[in-house]
Amino acid sequence: MKKLSARRRHPLAALVVLLFALAATGGLYAAFAPADKAQADTSSQSLAIQEGQKLYSVGCATCHGTSGKGTKTGPSLVGVGSAAVDFQVGTGRMPAQQQGPQIPEKKAIYNQAQVDQLAAYIASLGPGPVKPTSQQYSPDGADIANGGQLFRTNCSQCHNASGKGGALTEGKYAPSLENAPPKYIYEAMLTGPQNMPSFPDSTMPQKDKKDIIAYLGATDSDKAANPGGLELGGIGPVSEGLFGWVFGLGALIALAIWVATHTTKARKS
Amino acid sequence: MSSEPGSHEDMSEDNLPSERAHDAHHGAVAVAGDAFADPGLPAHLPRRQDLDEQAAKHSERVVAGLFVLSMLATIGFIASYVTLKPGKIVYIFPVGHVSALNFALGLTLGLALFCIGAGAVHWARTLMSDVETPAERHPIEASPEVRAQVIADFKQGAAESQFGRRKLIRNTMFGAMAMVPLSGLVLLRDLGPLPGKSLRTTAWRKGMTLINPNTNLPLRPEDITTGSLTFAQPPGLSEDDDDFQDVIAKAALMIVRIEPDEIKDKRELDWGHQGIVAFSKICTHVGCPISLYEQQTHHVLCPCHQSTFDLADGGRVIFGPAGHALPQLRISVNGSGYLEALGDFAEPVGPSFWERG
Repeated sequence: MKKLSARRRHPLAALVVLLFALAATGGLYAAFAPADKAQADTSSQSLAIQEGQKLYSVGCATCHGTSGKGTKTGPSLVGVGSAAVDFQVGTGRMPAQQQGPQIPEKKAIYNQAQVDQLAAYIASLGPGPVKPTSQQYSPDGADIANGGQLFRTNCSQCHNASGKGGALTEGKYAPSLENAPPKYIYEAMLTGPQNMPSFPDSTMPQKDKKDIIAYLGATDSDKAANPGGLELGGIGPVSEGLFGWVFGLGALIALAIWVATHTTKARKS
Repeated sequence: MSSEPGSHEDMSEDNLPSERAHDAHHGAVAVAGDAFADPGLPAHLPRRQDLDEQAAKHSERVVAGLFVLSMLATIGFIASYVTLKPGKIVYIFPVGHVSALNFALGLTLGLALFCIGAGAVHWARTLMSDVETPAERHPIEASPEVRAQVIADFKQGAAESQFGRRKLIRNTMFGAMAMVPLSGLVLLRDLGPLPGKSLRTTAWRKGMTLINPNTNLPLRPEDITTGSLTFAQPPGLSEDDDDFQDVIAKAALMIVRIEPDEIKDKRELDWGHQGIVAFSKICTHVGCPISLYEQQTHHVLCPCHQSTFDLADGGRVIFGPAGHALPQLRISVNGSGYLEALGDFAEPVGPSFWERG
């Protein structure tokens, strides 16, 4: 030890240390390299996580922090799961343009492949609700009537009995569910985006979610039948009554005035 | 108009009556008779239809055409009723996907009624006589002879009916007429009975499990994740029960899970289970069901009058007209691992009432 210590200021000492360091690094690499080969079958998954991390660093890290643990301006994403990412990014809510009471829906910035990569990365941070398969949210064969009942007890308080949405406190609102894609309805119920509470499978089983989606598809899409005709926003009897009084009665008064102001006399005075 | 002498000089001639303007200087204003005299009716002007038989014929055809259109619309109404199936949905441009039957019935009935009205108006305006005829007012009092006759007839009738002589009939008639309104009075009993103590209690009792209405199964603490919203009702309740609405109107619960360190109210934390808290779903203002829960702010909004409660602070009212905090139900976990109530609410749920104190 003394010998070694005596030579520590030798001009070649730095070179020797460097050689040792390189050998150690190479040895460690050799020790771990075969393990990487053994994981080759999950490489597409790990590749997606890597790609997702790159996208995350560019588009999300400003608010949610470089490791996804959140900052003052954005919540932690550990444990939100791939379903939340698919909903938030897929509907264009994230990345957010600005802070506010509620982040609105807008045109999606990432395509579905990129969304999936982001979702893979966020899911790797901690276990959370998994993005549903089309079998889970497809409304085929669901009980529409039961869905209507579940919608009225669980959802209608905020989203309106006809799914047209409504106001909440301090600028927040429940969005309209008109033409909402089944996948996003399912993910919203599962994850509870922003201020919406979640309805996990433990309190609202998958089948119930399917029924609700089927009900919304039957009542709130462009193709949904509306036997009564003009629904006037579907926001209730007040708007319908007001429309009748203002436009229906207004048209009758205008017609009566038009009749009375046009004389039938031959010589107009 | 001309309060100052000579002011007419500054005025535009158009705005002044020409005669006055010129005669004012001479002090000899020629008042044209009585200023308040009845001007009489303006001269009657004939209509084109009065002068031209061709035009009158045209009007006749238009009116008849409207009436015929009304008839066709009525036939259309009957035909649509007979031929169209109630379930048939068609797309009609501004209206959307509507029931073909509803749309056809409304359109044809509306057309039938409108054409009758339009025809009648056109008939009255162009063909019926439009000569103005004054109807003078006259006293509405009857002549003294007629009045005397009526009074005499009434007296004779009263005597002939023996109303004054047969007192039994008279009194029983008065009695019958006095009794009839009692029926209406008795029906007012339906406004009652008074609620008694029922407003102070709900169906919750110690040891009752919390039933999830979605699944009809009792809830376990692990079912309720942070940020979720769940509703609950007492066990053994069915929507087919006669008193279901009465019971659920007071017993309805909403259950949320809040991170225990976010709960500001010590009692709220004690009354819950690991951050799972159960609150009444009935607004303390006028009793609307409230469950517009915002999971990030823990606020609950009432859609009726915007009362807002903070579920992270003992259900405190933070906005709106509600008078007191949202009542919380004390819950715990029973031996089998299910959530259970530890008794009824500590205070009356729902809106205030006179005797609440």
